[in-house]
This record gives sequence, structure tokens and C-alpha cells, in this order.
Amino acid sequence: MSSRVFPKRKLIFTVVGWLIGITLFFPIIWTILTSFKTEGTAIAMPPKFLFFDWTLENYFEVQDRSNYLQHAMNSVVISLGSTGLGLLVAMPAAWAMAFSPTKHTKNVLMWMLSTKMLPPVGVLVPIYLLFRDFDLLDTRLGMVVVLMLMNLPIIVWMLYTYFKEIPGEILEAARMDGATIGKEIIYVLAPMAVPGIASTLLLNVILAWNESFWTLNLTVTDAAPLTAFIASYSSPEGLFWAKLSAASTLAIAPILVMGWFSQKQLVRGLTFGAVK
Amino acid sequence: MATLHTRSLARVMISPAVLILLVWMIIPLAMTLYFSLLRYNLLMPGLEEFTGLANYEFFLTDPAFVDSLVNTLLLVGGVLVVTVIGGTLLALLLDQPSWGRGIVRLLVIAPFFVMPTVSALVWKNMFMHSVNGLFTWIAHSLGFEPIDWLAEFPLFSITMIVAWGWLPFATLIILTALQSLDQSQKEAAELDGAGPISVFAYITLPHLTRALTVVVLIETIFLLSVFAEILVTTNGGPGTESTNISYLIYAQALLQFDVGAASAGGIVAILLANIVAIFLIRMIGRNLG
Amino acid sequence: MILVRFALTVSVLVASTALTGCARETERSKGSSGSAQPSSGTSAGTTTLTIATVNNGDMIRMQKLTDEFTVANPGIKLEWVTMEENVLRQKVTTDVAARGGQYDIVTIGTYEVPIWAAHNWLAALGDLGPDYDVDDLLPTIRDSLTVEGKLYAAPFYGESSMLMYRQDLFDKAGLKMPTAPTWSFVADAARKITDKKANVYGICLRGKAGWGENMALLSAMANSFGARWFDMEWKPQFNGAEWKTTLQFYVDLMKDAGPPGVSSNGFNENLAMFQSGNCGMWLDATVAAAFVTDPAESKVADSVGFALAPDNGMGKRSNWLWAWSLAIPASSAKQEAARKFIAWATSKDYLALVAGKQGWASVPPGTRASLYANPEYQKAAPFAKMTLESIKAADPKNPTVNPVPYVGVQFVAIPEFQGIGTAVGQQFAAALAGITSVEKALDNAQKITEREMKRSGYGKK
Repeated sequence: MSSRVFPKRKLIFTVVGWLIGITLFFPIIWTILTSFKTEGTAIAMPPKFLFFDWTLENYFEVQDRSNYLQHAMNSVVISLGSTGLGLLVAMPAAWAMAFSPTKHTKNVLMWMLSTKMLPPVGVLVPIYLLFRDFDLLDTRLGMVVVLMLMNLPIIVWMLYTYFKEIPGEILEAARMDGATIGKEIIYVLAPMAVPGIASTLLLNVILAWNESFWTLNLTVTDAAPLTAFIASYSSPEGLFWAKLSAASTLAIAPILVMGWFSQKQLVRGLTFGAVK
Repeated sequence: MATLHTRSLARVMISPAVLILLVWMIIPLAMTLYFSLLRYNLLMPGLEEFTGLANYEFFLTDPAFVDSLVNTLLLVGGVLVVTVIGGTLLALLLDQPSWGRGIVRLLVIAPFFVMPTVSALVWKNMFMHSVNGLFTWIAHSLGFEPIDWLAEFPLFSITMIVAWGWLPFATLIILTALQSLDQSQKEAAELDGAGPISVFAYITLPHLTRALTVVVLIETIFLLSVFAEILVTTNGGPGTESTNISYLIYAQALLQFDVGAASAGGIVAILLANIVAIFLIRMIGRNLG
Repeated sequence: MILVRFALTVSVLVASTALTGCARETERSKGSSGSAQPSSGTSAGTTTLTIATVNNGDMIRMQKLTDEFTVANPGIKLEWVTMEENVLRQKVTTDVAARGGQYDIVTIGTYEVPIWAAHNWLAALGDLGPDYDVDDLLPTIRDSLTVEGKLYAAPFYGESSMLMYRQDLFDKAGLKMPTAPTWSFVADAARKITDKKANVYGICLRGKAGWGENMALLSAMANSFGARWFDMEWKPQFNGAEWKTTLQFYVDLMKDAGPPGVSSNGFNENLAMFQSGNCGMWLDATVAAAFVTDPAESKVADSVGFALAPDNGMGKRSNWLWAWSLAIPASSAKQEAARKFIAWATSKDYLALVAGKQGWASVPPGTRASLYANPEYQKAAPFAKMTLESIKAADPKNPTVNPVPYVGVQFVAIPEFQGIGTAVGQQFAAALAGITSVEKALDNAQKITEREMKRSGYGKK
């Protein structure tokens, strides 16, 4: 189809594509616009789209009330830390499952995935008591561990499906050439697995960044990430849309920019070898 | 020999990973199981005692339980339908050459990066608000009676909010799969006189099966425990119109602080999730090959 | 139980040995990142207080005055956790009940104080200093925070509920609002004022489900209709005629004279509508008076009148009582410093400090008699007198016409109430939205409450 492109057709696709794109993106744009309004303008009916008195007062207010940089830093450390640790733990398991599977491997994987469906709220109190006894409440380490464990099933599963796409013959060939297991992993496997690992990493950073149950309930100040920052601005008495929009913009901006820059890498492994 | 070698090595390598996996999966599970057999309310200390299956009975006989089960399935099903069909159409569109395709793609994937709490707050306050929301304004401008979305169609509204966040995910995966489709096959079919619909049905769709399986599986895992969106928008109501299993457990755990009943609810949720997982494997698991 | 917890702890410990090295490192980096912040002078004697509070305007003002306190108390540093009410309540309750010790000062209401104090989760405040003048605290508020003669929390701001109405609309309709109206007058007036074409609705009331939202209004309203949550045997009373009359009255009134989408409206939604001139009357928290009379926010600022919450000729009015108060969890290790802060934030001097910076209308209301005697405050706050009368008229110890075994006007001070109140609130919201009938909603409410009460062992005693 694409080899014979009529300009008229291309024009239609362009118009439709942009319409849908802007519609889907509109809530984000609207949030950003609202963050530059005063509270009064933010709830005004009819709504004002571009022609209003732009103001930065909401950002000043947010900066005045919360330590945004500390929250953002906590989000970065927690999401990267939990994903990194998760990869370290999951890689050997996934490697072994992919290259010397037993007949139960698939069942184990499925069962692992199903434990992800345990609603976190059901185990909050037991975990809270454990964390208290280990002095892990409100520590970055505690959050790293909890989010690592939350996302571990997904990480193992993604790596597994990706590793499985690597043809076994290549490993056999390397082994014939006398490569040790260590060399086999470093020189043969690793380069082939990089895209899969990269996208696993990216997806899990996004999931950890947006996780809002554990990060909200197990932190207080020192380790509180951006999800806790948002909770400071939602639904007080009185008007709050503009300040909430400013806080929301600040909370999603880093991950949005990261996601946009890395979308190609993100997609490559997300397809789990679905693309051959 | 090589296999023997790798087998034993595999066992060594798998052990720390499996150990931690087991710690996470067995220990909280065991704790939850243990607490589910206790009468234990955080707000009433000193009354803990073994009660057998009373917590399960209490949770399963909750008048809201059946509703929440149905709502959970409706929510998962609804979001899946919207994202799979919408994602496929959107991917087909983005696969066509057009001006500014790269930017459109960035716009389309953006909602995936937005925190669920933020998206729920934004939709609830700035769009679906019954007095000052944008939808209300649109309805007024077009001369309609505005709809109070979260009161009149609570589950539908939540489905839409959640689907907005997951649509990009489905689109991205399906798009990548589409781009790997062998063009010569399609062209050959077109030369043979096949219309676009039969090309889609007989060539494109089979090629997408695996990508669609992945979308369904991953989304199901996350959608079964959707919670933040409900808490922020409707609190499960009106009545029990938008209460799902996760929300029901939340009400036990963080409103009643009834650890026993919440734990029983957690175990019930895992059992249900496993039933769903078995169905999924039956239906689509083969595609994972 | 302890044994099992110990066994679990050990097994987790074993499994996480690999991570402990990492743990120490994080601890260390935590310390250093702390000292990197400009505000935290880590001199030897510094105590850091972690304060959990709600993100309402008066508390945010307190947070912004941090420096005023730390300058006067150089050994103490303040860390704030300012959050939305519901999230904060969950976090704080979990931590205090589990004795996590994460907070040194918590902001809680008149609902929590008696329950928590009875479990010894709170440290009694004791002596708050020579200038504090405990006797100046309004008696109804102070009583709500006192358990067995000891004060467990100091009120930061207090509120009751009262009727706010639009003088201009009443004049236009030829009506005159009495200072102490009845429900039948209010209902008639609301129906007369309503002009749906002009987007003017006779009365705005809370409809959004939640024990602190629609149930606060409905429980207080039900009291004036002679209804009650429980009889003296702790039997739920939703199957009685009083509740049926209350709920039917409310649903009918809102159908005829309420705004659209009323079942999603809480305090904030109603505030925004009243300020934009869409409501003829609004029965809600007394603190709203400051917002609706502020010309910077409100279109109707100069035509708002105030009246007591309506009654029904049965001797009880529909006004509630609430006070956001500061308390010290027993698990806090810094109780001396925490006491100092609480004494500062709820003192007369604090009121003067806020008045000096932002004017008298901005001081946290409803806690001290001396504030209401202050002519400057009376001048700046036209609603002062009605607020004080409303607070005085609330009686949490005897909230209902018939006797009840519980304390609380718009809530029942038992731990189960949060959960029950929210579930019942959902049923009433459904009746308001027309999803279920009034009868069905009451029937469900009765079943839900009976179920929870049976589980907690009430009625057996």
C-alpha cells in the first residue's frame, strides 16, 4: 500500500492523524495551560484557552511549599534503583529459564505473573509492621526493595521472552569454539540481549515512577517521591485546580521527556519478540 | 555433557533469583493467609484471636461482593476492547505515510507516562466536573443538558480514563509489529485483487496475533488491580456502581482497618486472578509459543 | 502471633542479607543529603519534628510561618507532611496504630481523639505553658478533645455548620430569613427561589458519598428529625420512620430545588457554585463564611446572610461540630519539643501573628473565646457571631432527640464508623442520584450497618 502514495490520501491521513493525536494529548496540554492560570481563571466558564493573563504564581507557590527537587530526586533513585536491582536478580533466572527450560517453566512464569494481581492494599498492614521492625519506613532502600519485588515478575517474564528469541544454535556454536559460560554470556549473549534489557529497564522505570500506593503509604518525608508531592495539592478546601496542574506538570515532565527520547528503545523489547 | 553442564549451572544461577522471587511471592502470601485466619483489627488492639474461615465468610457475603466481581470484569473487558480495537486502528493509521507522523506518534504515546492519580484528578476535575468541567461547557455550547459523568455513568467514565492511559501501550506494540510485516506479501495479495479488508483479515491480522496476545496479557495483569483511578474519582459509588475487588479490599483495609477481612479479600483476589490467568492461557497462551 | 511475626522477620532477614550492605550505604547517603539542605543546620542539639497536617488554607498558612517558630526556638527544626485529608488520615492512622513512630505531631479531628486516647495512642498534652490560657478554649470544642479529664489534642481551628443565604434573592422573592429557621421554611424558600433557567438553585447541600461528606450533613440533619444511628442497645435505626422522613425530605428537596449532579457535590463543589451565584442557600461548615464573603473570590460577597442550621421543632438543630486539632502520638520520641510547637500554633499569640501578617479575617477560627470578644475580629468577620452561636449550639454528648450510647453529632465515635459511614453514604448518594429508591437505600444501609456491628461484637455485650 505504502509504495503507491497518492498525495490526496496522504493529506487525509495527515489530517486524521493530527486530529486524533491532539485529542489524545489534549488533557496533558490542558493541564499545562491551566498551570499558568490564576485559580479564578482556571474554573472560569466559558473556559479560556490561550488568551488569559499568564502567570507563574502557581509554580512559585509550589516551590514555596514543597521541596520539588528532593521529591524528584527520590523518584529517580527509587525507580532506577528498584529496576536495576530487579534486573540483577531477574537476569540469571530468566537466562536459566530460557536456555534450560523444564516442563514446568511456563507454569511457574504464569503463576509468578498472577501474583502481581494481589491487590497491594491487602498486604499493607503486614508490610508496614515488617518495615517498622527493620527501620525501613521512609527510607529509599525500603522503597527500592518493595518496588523491585513488585515489578520482579514482569521483569523476569519480559527478559525470559526476549532471551528465548535468541537462537540456541549461536550459543552452541560459541561453545563448540571453546567459549566458557562466562565468555558466552559476555560476548555472545549480552550484545544480542541489550535491546531487550534496555526496554525492560525503561518500562519498569516508568511503572516504578508512576506507582502510587506503596510510595505514598510507606514514606513520610525523607524518601517521599513525586506521588506524595501530588497528594499535597489535590482536593483541599477552596480552589485548587491551577496549583494542582502546576504540581502535576512538574511531576510528569521528567518521565514524559525521558519516555519521548527513549520511545524507540522502549518499543523494541516491549514487543517480546512478537516481531520477527 | 553440555546439557548436563548447563543444567547444573542453570540451577546455581537460578537459585538467588528464585529465592528472592519465592520470598516475595510466598512470604507476603503466607502472611496474608495467616492474617486472613485471624480476627485482627488495627483499630482494636488486644482482641486478636484465631477465627478460622470467618473472615472469608464475611468478605464473600458482603452485599457488594458480587457487584464488585462483575464490575472488575466489566472494567478489564471494557478497557481491553477499547485499547485493542482503538490501538489497532491507530497503529494502522500511524503506519501510513503522512506529514509529521513522528510528532503525532509522540502525542499519541504521551498518556502512558502520566501517573494514574494525576490522570484521574485531571479528568475528574477539569473534564468531567458537572459544573465547571470542559465536557459540561461543550454540552452547554451545543445546547445539550450536561451529563454528570461520574454520577450517571461511573464505571464507563472510569473505563475511559483507564483506557486513555493504556491506549498508547497497545498502539505502540501493534505499530511495531505492523512495521515488521513483509510488504511484498501484501503487494502480491493486492495484485491478485484482494481489497484492503481482506488484506487486513488474512495477512495483517494473523501477523499481529502475538502482539495482541502480549497486549491482552500485560494489560489484564494491571487492570485487575486498578484502584487509584476509582479512589480519586468515585470512591466506588454511587452505591456500588463502580466498586471493584481492589476497592472493596481497600474499604476493609484502610477505612475499617480490618486486617483480617482485607487479607481474606486479598487471597480471594489472587484466586480469581488465577482463574482469569487459566482462561487467558487456554485462550491465547498458545500464541506465546 | 508474636512468634509467627518473629519467624517471618527472620526469614526475610535471611533473604535480604545480600541487601544489607546496600542498606548501610543508603543510610549514610541519607544523612549527608539531609545536611545538604540549607535549612537543616545539623548542630548537636537540633530536634527535627515531623508534622502531619491537612492541606487546607489555615494549615498551609501555618506551614509558611515555620520560620517564625524556628527563629524563636533555635533548637527545633520542622518537617512538614501536608496532604489531602483522606490520604493523610490513612497514613497517620496506620502509623499511629502500628506504633511506627514516624510522626511527632499529627492533625486529627474530634472523631479520632476520643478513640485514640482510649487506646493510649496519644500523649496527654499536660501543661502548655503559663500564657496558654486553656480556659479560653471554647467549652464544646475543648470537651470534645478531653478524655477522662485530660486534654489530648489542642484545637487549631474549629467549625460548626450554619445556613448561608443570598439576601438579594430572598428580597426579590419577598422572603425574610429568621435567625433560627425551620426545615419547612427552608424547603419552601428553596423551592420559591429556584430559577433553573437562570441557573439559580434554591439550596445546595452535600451529596458526594463519604462519612465526612454527605453523611456529615445527613447525620446532623437526621438529628433534627429525631433520627439516630443506634439505640441504646447499639441496634442500627435505619429501618425507623425518622430516617425515612429525613432521607425522603432531602431527596425530594434536592430534586426540586437542588443543582444538577448533586450526588457528586462535596464542600468544594458547593463552595464554587455558591461563590459563582448558583445557590440561594447553602448549609455547610462555618469556615466557608470567610470564603463566600471574600470579594476577591466570591461574586456574591456583599449579599450573603447567615442563619443557624435549621431545626424541626424537636429541640435539636442540624449543626455539627468539628475541630482540626494537633496531637502527639505516644510513639513519638520528641514529645517535649512537639508540645512546644503545639502550644505555639494554638496560642493567642499565633492568632495575633496571623492577623498582623494577613488581617483578622484570615486567622484560624472557632477555638478561642477571646477571639470572638475581640472587636477588631468582629469588624473584619461579619460571620463571627453566627459562627460562635453555632459552635455553642452543638452538643456532641447529647446529639439526638432520643438517647444514644455514642458521642458525636455528625459521626459516631467508634472505630467502625469510617467504614460504615462511607458505605451508607454510598447508598444515600445512590438514592439521591435516582439509582435506587429511598426505601431500598435505607434497607441496604440497615443491612450494611447490622453486618459490621455484628462482626465487631456489639449487641452481644
